[in-house]
Amino acid sequence: MLNPLPRLKETPSQTGGPYVHIGLTPNFAGIAGVYDTDPGATMLTPETKGQRITIAGRLIDGSGAPLTDAVVEIWQADADGRYAGAMSHAANAGPAFLGWGRQPSNGEGIFSFETIKPGPVPGPDGKPMAPHVVLWIVARGINIGLQTRLYFADEAEANGTDYVLTRIPDIRRRASLIAPRDDSGPVPRYMLDIHLQGDRETVFFDV
Amino acid sequence: MTGLMLPGEDGALYPRDRSWHPPGLTPGYKSSTFRAPKHALLSLGATASELSGPTFGHSLINPLDNDLIRNFSQDGSEAIGQRLIIYGQVLDENARAVPNTLVEFWQANAGGRYRHKREAYLAPLDPNFGGCGRAITDANGFYSFRTIKPGAYPWPNGGNDWRPAHIHFSVFGHAFAQRLITQMYFEGDPMIWQCPIVGSVPDKAGIEQLIARLDRHNTTPMDALAYRFDIVLRGRRSTMFENKLEGN
Repeated sequence: MLNPLPRLKETPSQTGGPYVHIGLTPNFAGIAGVYDTDPGATMLTPETKGQRITIAGRLIDGSGAPLTDAVVEIWQADADGRYAGAMSHAANAGPAFLGWGRQPSNGEGIFSFETIKPGPVPGPDGKPMAPHVVLWIVARGINIGLQTRLYFADEAEANGTDYVLTRIPDIRRRASLIAPRDDSGPVPRYMLDIHLQGDRETVFFDV
Repeated sequence: MTGLMLPGEDGALYPRDRSWHPPGLTPGYKSSTFRAPKHALLSLGATASELSGPTFGHSLINPLDNDLIRNFSQDGSEAIGQRLIIYGQVLDENARAVPNTLVEFWQANAGGRYRHKREAYLAPLDPNFGGCGRAITDANGFYSFRTIKPGAYPWPNGGNDWRPAHIHFSVFGHAFAQRLITQMYFEGDPMIWQCPIVGSVPDKAGIEQLIARLDRHNTTPMDALAYRFDIVLRGRRSTMFENKLEGN
């Protein structure tokens, strides 16, 4: 071949392992003094605009046991539906909101983020997608990070026409991505049960 | 901009080759049994939510963040072990450098002991070794760090399973759908080919891609051996196929 295509193969994924916290959340792992704070631990500053909310999830394996050793990252738009950082598909969010967070799961498999409710982002069809947060889950026993989304139960109308939700062929499984709203705390809390495997399995994406 | 666009930063990501990556369920690695989805993944073209991603400024990085020999020193002394320089280039599938992206790494100490509150292996901790570090790639996609060579360690999987010496890597890229965690192994280690976690990668050539090469040219005489480990993230095609060429 005179002009081979300059394609390399992506580096294969490997599990993060049980001590993934050493690299991603070292203070949580018990390693103090290397980083001031664990990256992604705090998403909000006083200047961040938008409605304060809590986003949480409980990670459950195929035997019904909680994942007590996972790390979860979220990526989301700001209150106006803009993403931070260098990208070409939406206007940049302001510096007051990075849009990215990282938290370990606890002894009950629960992770939790203090953040803001994202605005709608344009979908590939030009119509706004329903407000959502992208989730990425790594842990021992997960060979390649699992990607899914969290939607908000109080956005039922937008959820009904969302670009991604409407493409889940098994209609019954769409609900696995929609977090109910709990108003019993100081800010609204949206919490999903995320089942890695089994009858109630969460929808995971290959994007 | 005029002329032909090279495959670049603006278009859709190349689909991930899931037959090159480990599948979710790899029974030789027992923890995957209950943690692998049984339903097929839902294939979607990445939207703006996955084509964007967080960017971290160089101000995140402290001077010792990429020096694991010294960044946990309690009394000014250095970590015990074989001194190494690990370096490499982060590229995409089009062989284009990925500049200004965050690379994180973590590892056990020279005896194979991790500094983690839940770790209980009998090999001792090194009081001057933490095991975590990070760097942001330069304008040409290069990262580097100093560390000591991690030891092999036993783990409860088979009756007598040992992990080969390895360093864990986390890489961001410029799109959240490029997010990757992997492990780096050392050239010539016979234990690579006995490990069920390594063996979760289906293709021998894929495993070879995880093995860092001894680099005598960049070894510092009388100080530290160098290993090179390049990392490839997903590439993007040009938008010229979905948009007009003019102004692309």
